[in-house]
Amino acid sequence: GGHLLQSAQSSRAEPASFVDILEERRRGSDISHALRAFSPPPGCGAPPPSPSALNKMVLESQHLRYVVAAESGKPQARVREEAAALLDEMSQNLQVTFIRLLGFALSKIFTRLFRRIQVNEDGLARLQQATQEHPVILMPNHRSYVDFLVLSYIMFTYDLSIPVIAAGIPLMGMSLIGEIFRRSGAFFIRRAIGSDKLYWAVLSEYVRTIVRTGFAPVEFYVEGLRSRTLKSLTPKMGMMHMVLEPFLKGEVYDLSLVPVSISYDRVLEESLLAHELLGVPKPRETTRGLLKARRVLEQDYGSMHVYFGNPVSVRELAKGRIGRGQYNLVPRDLPGRPSEESQAFASAAAHRVVRLQERGTVLSPWSLTALLVLQRPDGTRWDLLARDTLWLRGIALQLGARLDWPADLPDLEVMSSSMALHRSVVRCEEGCVWLVEEAGPEPVTQEEGVFRRASAVLMCASYRNQALHVFTRPAMVAVAMGTVPGHSQEDIYRHFCFLRDLFANEFVFVPGCGPQDFEEGCSGLQQCGAVSATDHELKPTEEERDTIVFLSAILEPFIETYQVTGDNCTLLYFSLRNCLSFFPSHFREIFPNSTRNPVTLRRDTEGYLPPTPTCCKLQCPNIYFRQSHCRIHPGSCSPTPLCGPQVATSSPI
Amino acid sequence: PPPPPPRLRWRSSFEMVADAVYGDAKISRQDIMKWNGWGYSDSRFLFNKKGQGEFTGKRYRLSGMILPSLKDWFEATFGTSLQHKTPATPTLNVSAVPPPNLVEPFVEELKVAGVAASHDPEGRVFRSHGHCLHEIFALREGRIGRVPDLVVWPNCHNDVVKIVELACKYNVCLMPYGGGTSVSSALECPLEETRSVVSLDTSQMNRILWIDEKNLTVHVEAGIIGQDLERQLNESGYCTGHEPDSMEFSSLGGWVATRASGMKKNIYGNIEDLVVHIKMVTPRGVIEKSCQGPRMSTGPDIHHFIMGSEGTLGVVTEVTMKIRPLPEYQKYGSIVFPNFQQGVSCLREVARQRCAPASIRLMDNEQFQFGHALKPQVSSIFTSFLDGLKKFYITKFKGFEPHHLCVATLLFEGDREKVLQHEKQVYDIAAKFGGLAAGEDNGQRGYMLTFVIAYLRDLGMDYYVIGESFETSVPWDRVLDLCRNVKERIVRECKERGVQFPPFSTCRVTQTYDAGACVYFYFAFNYRGLADPLHVYERVEHEAREEILANGGSLSHHHGVGKLRKEWMREAVSTVGLGMLQSVKEYVDPNNIFGNRNLL
Repeated sequence: GGHLLQSAQSSRAEPASFVDILEERRRGSDISHALRAFSPPPGCGAPPPSPSALNKMVLESQHLRYVVAAESGKPQARVREEAAALLDEMSQNLQVTFIRLLGFALSKIFTRLFRRIQVNEDGLARLQQATQEHPVILMPNHRSYVDFLVLSYIMFTYDLSIPVIAAGIPLMGMSLIGEIFRRSGAFFIRRAIGSDKLYWAVLSEYVRTIVRTGFAPVEFYVEGLRSRTLKSLTPKMGMMHMVLEPFLKGEVYDLSLVPVSISYDRVLEESLLAHELLGVPKPRETTRGLLKARRVLEQDYGSMHVYFGNPVSVRELAKGRIGRGQYNLVPRDLPGRPSEESQAFASAAAHRVVRLQERGTVLSPWSLTALLVLQRPDGTRWDLLARDTLWLRGIALQLGARLDWPADLPDLEVMSSSMALHRSVVRCEEGCVWLVEEAGPEPVTQEEGVFRRASAVLMCASYRNQALHVFTRPAMVAVAMGTVPGHSQEDIYRHFCFLRDLFANEFVFVPGCGPQDFEEGCSGLQQCGAVSATDHELKPTEEERDTIVFLSAILEPFIETYQVTGDNCTLLYFSLRNCLSFFPSHFREIFPNSTRNPVTLRRDTEGYLPPTPTCCKLQCPNIYFRQSHCRIHPGSCSPTPLCGPQVATSSPI
Repeated sequence: PPPPPPRLRWRSSFEMVADAVYGDAKISRQDIMKWNGWGYSDSRFLFNKKGQGEFTGKRYRLSGMILPSLKDWFEATFGTSLQHKTPATPTLNVSAVPPPNLVEPFVEELKVAGVAASHDPEGRVFRSHGHCLHEIFALREGRIGRVPDLVVWPNCHNDVVKIVELACKYNVCLMPYGGGTSVSSALECPLEETRSVVSLDTSQMNRILWIDEKNLTVHVEAGIIGQDLERQLNESGYCTGHEPDSMEFSSLGGWVATRASGMKKNIYGNIEDLVVHIKMVTPRGVIEKSCQGPRMSTGPDIHHFIMGSEGTLGVVTEVTMKIRPLPEYQKYGSIVFPNFQQGVSCLREVARQRCAPASIRLMDNEQFQFGHALKPQVSSIFTSFLDGLKKFYITKFKGFEPHHLCVATLLFEGDREKVLQHEKQVYDIAAKFGGLAAGEDNGQRGYMLTFVIAYLRDLGMDYYVIGESFETSVPWDRVLDLCRNVKERIVRECKERGVQFPPFSTCRVTQTYDAGACVYFYFAFNYRGLADPLHVYERVEHEAREEILANGGSLSHHHGVGKLRKEWMREAVSTVGLGMLQSVKEYVDPNNIFGNRNLL
């Protein structure tokens, strides 16, 4: 298990050769691409059942019979009808004709939107191999609405089975589009299912049936939703449990989890995301809205990268971690909550996949530049910025980042063209680099002024966030080193663990892998030459002190967002995750001139303190957290729709 | 006088030895059986000079026949070549046998009591093993491990009582030995045993003491071998109907001690259903019930402490068993299914309707093809033409995929009219699952395979191929999943451990019950290039068993636990359950006289 990640740790990312799938589209005919012979070998050698046959299998399943029988107070026939209706609403209706139609349309759209869609063909070859052996679960990260379209498009282009995709029900509501998606293999899941047992039963049986038969990959976003901050989100477990169950119950020999890392030079919805983070409610998904968004087509979004990671064998993951005999004494179809053991396993597996997604992510040079720009929000000289970006590139590569940095172009040109793509956020004029304020009439209130500036900062921060995972662990070690009086590895590790707990909702850590994370952080620092390690000690080296300082600085805004009350050795810290994880993370970036307690967090504002503050005995009293009080805009609360309704009030900052 | 019983059809699948194997000639068994392989010395598979498969001897229907497709199947399945041979050591090197550790007064008193005994090395080696792969493999290489120090041959129950008394008196370790067909390391002498080990061979206790025609029971000495018991009963117009695959060599006492299961259990029941009364000699004395009532409510059934005790508590000396009049009519049959899943569904439905024939078994595709490799040379063009026509009909006309289809073999028994009726019922069910009747011949060949497959392992071992079978029982809803997962696990584990060629990994469903089925796995691979093939084999079998348990299968359906599967006993029966068994052992045999260390 641990070795799965560790093998790749602290070494440079293995090189992947990417191929631009749009190149052929630009040369060839879209029609013939759409109409070409498309006959993917069915997964696991199983011929795909027709959608209606699949639905029949679900409705007649023993699991559903149990659940229907347990619904008291209603005639059975009615409950069965309800189940059938839910299934109708949910189920996909994959038709090759529509795949072709979509293939044609997407060829047109993608060639306009993107310069390149880069795909690692070796990953696709591994995926193809995996689909022949065991049911495959495609697990892409989620950064844009077009993610799943791109994936299906790639699968179509490479003659692989079109995946069955878990999509949010709002997409279904879009007239026509919803139906097209459905016929292209999407099935629709309601948000906020709550305790609707029948719905859970239909959904989970539907997913399990597809996994069991294994005719096509199941695709879902383990992060649960689009990451508005482009930072990886801690995984959601609902779908994860459903797809793992057939393995845990022995109904399939193995499952392959295939992490897919999608990254965009420029995300289509970047400004939409920034506004959402600032509290402007997300527009509803409508076909009309989509048509209005046509202007999106007129811009240049650079390249996108899709990296298909190594398939992860669930059987391998489960070895020694979970007893599969747990279902030996009950019918396997009996509805019931997954055991604690299964929950822990599913959670570890999901976190692992997110980490692998992070590892596979290809970063644009701009991500690195953005990191530096944020540290100099008042503008900086281009030559200095370029110099530092190159320096940062060195560190990032040492830490195993995958960079899209063309070797055949001069470095300066690479950086400037990467930045030029983001002229809506950042401008380079007369040798100086500036963050752009949104255009509009002179701001009337201070709030409006902040708002306009904030959106550029947030967009910039989002691109920084894409690269954050590269630095997180070494940076945490660096911070921990700074707070320990000596150089004892053990002490540093204790402080490291404190930070790890603190940031459990901020960054993605595989549960129970503290030692591995620490190891990764340390060896990362060693790679950069920033520390020297002996048996029990970890010392910063003189030459690379800058690296330590720089890495610590990366974490600083995150540390500041955690409201910490000091009381002797006991600290009470609130993980203000829903509201703070993105907004105060950036408060210093938004309010650059007020670095010392400038903003007050009004702690009495309801709705963002978690119901039960986490208490923790602080082992290291000399970690000093600045007591900051800031008042935040509750409207910018959680972008996570699953965590409750959005608050959209507009109290002034 | 009643008409002579018709000749049993199952015996037509091979020729039984004409006369009683063990008769008067004491200790003669080892003279006609292999010392380092399965079965009779005169019967073996070999590839003749032309490279054709051949089965020697005269005992079986297949004996003396040429098997033209065996070579191709063998080479294609295992990736072997007939050029690469691994012949066995031809004769036992007597000097390699450790000298016996004898307790002289014990031997003296035995002599006085008139019990036959011997410390002849060949006899001791012969009784030092069962038929696990590692046991036979070592013998073929001429490696001899710990062997019993003495073999004794009691003639009757009272002899056993004397032997056990003396063993207690001199603290000698006794290991009962019946037919020697164990596949659970049950007959291996424990390495840690420092006392003198005495093999108690029951083969001379092989008489039928009486037949009770009013109650349809037979009282037999427990050393009798299966085929002898059936043959002698047949002469009186009866049978027990208990036909485990090892019945040519295994003994009644062994069946009781391991909870054996017979192929025709659907009609006659397994050993626990057949037994009416058991007499066992233990260090504490003789255990038996006071009457032969067909069922009793007298606390836990003490028979169930005896059945499955695997020689750890005492020696079973006499057994009263149910008998039945010989059936008037027997008929084989077979059904082809488009795939294994359909076949399992059909068997499940047959079990649900409780209309299983005497035997119904489902072979997977690999085993089906294996069966075809054992087809003897066809003498007439007409037969081969018919075969071709059948194949054409099934694969082309009916569209069965040759690499997916599988076959169920059937055996019906009873009076003629009922058998035909029964047959129709089963074929009607099969039709609902896409099954096509495929003739008597295929069915019969399926059962014949059972008896010769053990001989085939010896052939494999001549050519770098090692293998074994193992079994489990599992609830119906998990049969398919278990079969698939275990077969796949075997393939993967072999690959991981450096086995160069994909292993032969196949299974069949051999018994149906109301709530589940018995599944049998065959597993063999080509070990060329492996430094320690036995270790690889044992690890893979271990992993396969883990997979079985993880998929809801049992530790064993009828092979028993022995020493091979002991490590899982606690998991299998819970700590309290194990404690119960241990406390019985402690009471019955506090000094561990029956020290074969099986089971617990």
